[in-house]
Amino acid sequence: MAENNHGSNGAPRIGFYICHCGSNIAGTIDVAEVQKYISTIPGVVVSRDYKYMCSDPGQEMIAADIKEHKLERLVVAACSPNLHEETFRKAAVKGGLNPFYFQMVNIREHASWVHEDKKAATEKAKDLARAAVYRVRFHKSLDKQRVPVDPNVLVVGGGIAGIHAALTLANAGKKVTLVEREATIGGHMALFDKTFPTMDCAACILTPKMSSVKSHPNITLWTYSEVAKVDGYVGNYKVTVKRKPRYVKEDLCVGCMECIDACVFKEPKFADKFNQGLGKRKPVYIDFPQATPKVVLIDPETCIQLKTGKCKKSCAEACDREAIDFTQKEEVKELQVGTIIMATGFQAHDAKRSPQYGYGRYPNVFTSLEVERLVNASGPTLGEITLRDGQHPKSVGIIHCVGSRDEKTNKWCSRVCCMYSLKLAHLIKEHSGAEVYNFYIDMRTPGKGYEEFYDKLLAEGVHFIRGRVAEVSDWAMKPEEEGKLVLRVEDTLAGFVRRIPVDMVVLSVGLEPRADAQEMRRRFNIGCGNEGFFQERHPKLAPVNTFTDGIFIAGACQGPRDIPDTVAQAGAAAAEALTLIDTGYVELEPNTSHVVEEECCGCKSCVPLCPYSAISFDEVKKKAAINEVLCKGCGVCAAACPSGSIRQNLFEDEEIYSEIQGVMAK
Amino acid sequence: MSKHQEHTVVPSGKGESQPSRHGGPLPAAGFEPKIVAFFCNWCTYTAADLAGVSRLKYAPNVRVIRVMCSGRVDPQFVLDAFARGADGVLLGGCHPGDCHYAEGNYKTLRRMRMLMRMLKAMGIEDGRFRLEWISGAEGEKVKTTVNDMVAKVRALGALDLPGKFREWDKEIEELEAHVNGVQKGEVAHVG
Repeated sequence: MAENNHGSNGAPRIGFYICHCGSNIAGTIDVAEVQKYISTIPGVVVSRDYKYMCSDPGQEMIAADIKEHKLERLVVAACSPNLHEETFRKAAVKGGLNPFYFQMVNIREHASWVHEDKKAATEKAKDLARAAVYRVRFHKSLDKQRVPVDPNVLVVGGGIAGIHAALTLANAGKKVTLVEREATIGGHMALFDKTFPTMDCAACILTPKMSSVKSHPNITLWTYSEVAKVDGYVGNYKVTVKRKPRYVKEDLCVGCMECIDACVFKEPKFADKFNQGLGKRKPVYIDFPQATPKVVLIDPETCIQLKTGKCKKSCAEACDREAIDFTQKEEVKELQVGTIIMATGFQAHDAKRSPQYGYGRYPNVFTSLEVERLVNASGPTLGEITLRDGQHPKSVGIIHCVGSRDEKTNKWCSRVCCMYSLKLAHLIKEHSGAEVYNFYIDMRTPGKGYEEFYDKLLAEGVHFIRGRVAEVSDWAMKPEEEGKLVLRVEDTLAGFVRRIPVDMVVLSVGLEPRADAQEMRRRFNIGCGNEGFFQERHPKLAPVNTFTDGIFIAGACQGPRDIPDTVAQAGAAAAEALTLIDTGYVELEPNTSHVVEEECCGCKSCVPLCPYSAISFDEVKKKAAINEVLCKGCGVCAAACPSGSIRQNLFEDEEIYSEIQGVMAK
Repeated sequence: MSKHQEHTVVPSGKGESQPSRHGGPLPAAGFEPKIVAFFCNWCTYTAADLAGVSRLKYAPNVRVIRVMCSGRVDPQFVLDAFARGADGVLLGGCHPGDCHYAEGNYKTLRRMRMLMRMLKAMGIEDGRFRLEWISGAEGEKVKTTVNDMVAKVRALGALDLPGKFREWDKEIEELEAHVNGVQKGEVAHVG
């Protein structure tokens, strides 16, 4: 360490600390040299380097130095401020210093990790550290603004993630509104027959949770609804929800389904979306018997009354509770919540985007979701495995990684396909006795009991062929291939190309971000990764947080994951929300802007710039004024003010100019 | 060459081997440009963090100054960086439509377009100032942008505005001395 007595002439006394971060920083940057160099800058009275600044001894050292050396400013050169700015602000407070008399220098993510040239990286660290020292002199003592947190929570998406999060919060006594786009909650899990590897019946473990949601006094369930707009900030979000018309009064319908029997369409005629189009339904329908809420709905696209107004409305006559209401309109509701949990899930890869497998061209090529419905006891075939013509397949080929691990579609591994393919192989064999072939690239079974399940399947006599299927065709080369679908594949274990004829092909489609993920991301002001899944704040240490405080993510909207991981993540998101609610307030970063009234010339340049309408103009005083509660701290107005009378805390002009001077000084 | 070139708002320098347009010296051997960058906290700064976490390697010539929004960047900051000797200035914000503050980056775009005209009038080459939209997920784009810009600015050579200021100051001093001399009648009037 170096110590000197600069700064006695009225300039603030600065303490500088540089972190080795083990070898993460010290391996590339000569920290001792930077430390020595910074100690020569006037005003720096303490300069030290230390193995791990963020550790307790590191923080203690800062606090003790502040007291002993009467430090008035603090600069720490370490990792990204996104990681440890708060840590060192707390250390400053411990030493009795205002936390905003601190500036962090990012020499890990922005230097040691991205450069190989040690000399250049050290020079860069010096420049950045010098800039922080120059800048911190101008820092001001600031107070964090405290705002109360509304205890109500919004959960978006009623799959297993949303259900679990909502129930966890509701059981803790918090009021939750669960908004689901479809007519029923349950999400993808409601489509499944069994869940791997325990082969629990999905409905048996899911439907009790669905009815708990419906009956819970703390949960308001809005299905067939979508979030249209989100305003506000952590603790105080104002959410607009659009409730689509079901043409059935939800509070009156008891789900007796008399109306469905009475419909003028005697037979179900229209493709049933819930059953992946494998079944048929009437214009008045309910997705499945345990749909929650157990309320029918009418499809305006196919209902004669809604389309033409000329139907005898036998459904309405059949309803003795008079629940059917053809005049229902879309409702717009407003909600006030403090925190939001996003659990909007995934969409399955569109198998038509992988044309080599013939989905849509050969009728007996199915997607895994279709087969989930086929094997489901409450599905369109009541659990019977049938081809499109009703015949039973004698051989089935399951192709893994359709739309996963593929440069042409999605690069990522969808994590669940190996396991659900094994599950389907087991179920198909069990239900139909057919020969089942699995075509896989790598078998990925990382999870409790997963590898054991794979072993079990091997013993059951399911065939495994390692290789990516090149194509599915109906072109027979041998008599035994006549009338079959032929899978051409390089068996990479045997080392030759094989042709395997089967009756049915199942495409294990991967998990993708929902088509409107980008739109949703903008609506909620959160981020998406490159692949389009919602971005977590930190991949390891903040996996359910987003970059927007008070908005959390859970389940497959963040990335492909199975049910146990989804439930764990939903619980974590609920815990994060509870932490905010039970603290009761949040402290906002004081980086808001304010107008120095005596310098304001009243030009009004700033007024229209603010996207949050935080700037008003006092017509009597002829001065602009900023409402600091509405200000989000972007600083757009400060950059535009021609008289320089708008100051943004932590980013004042002189702070930025001194930083520029600092990086450029020699 | 960066594959994200289409996002570049400022067309970069015309030819990499061209001498500096304002008649400055040709790039000296071993010249390493110094580039000041202003990165918005939510997208580009995060992307630079991601580049670090992903251990991507790029040129060490850039010094990043963090702002909450690219809209905080007063064109004067850019001019100040040049005036203090920066050879290039890079400004990074969220993609249009993705701004954390709804529309701050549109304001940036408007201001910076104006600034670009001014820089041109001042004789500062196109490639020395660059505005890029880099989202929090685009660590790779930080790498390619920085490398591309460093290569182009390196080819342009040092800008050295402070040196030019000194030259201009000297010219003015000389002119002043000349004028004073004329007034005092010490220098013969030519005409």
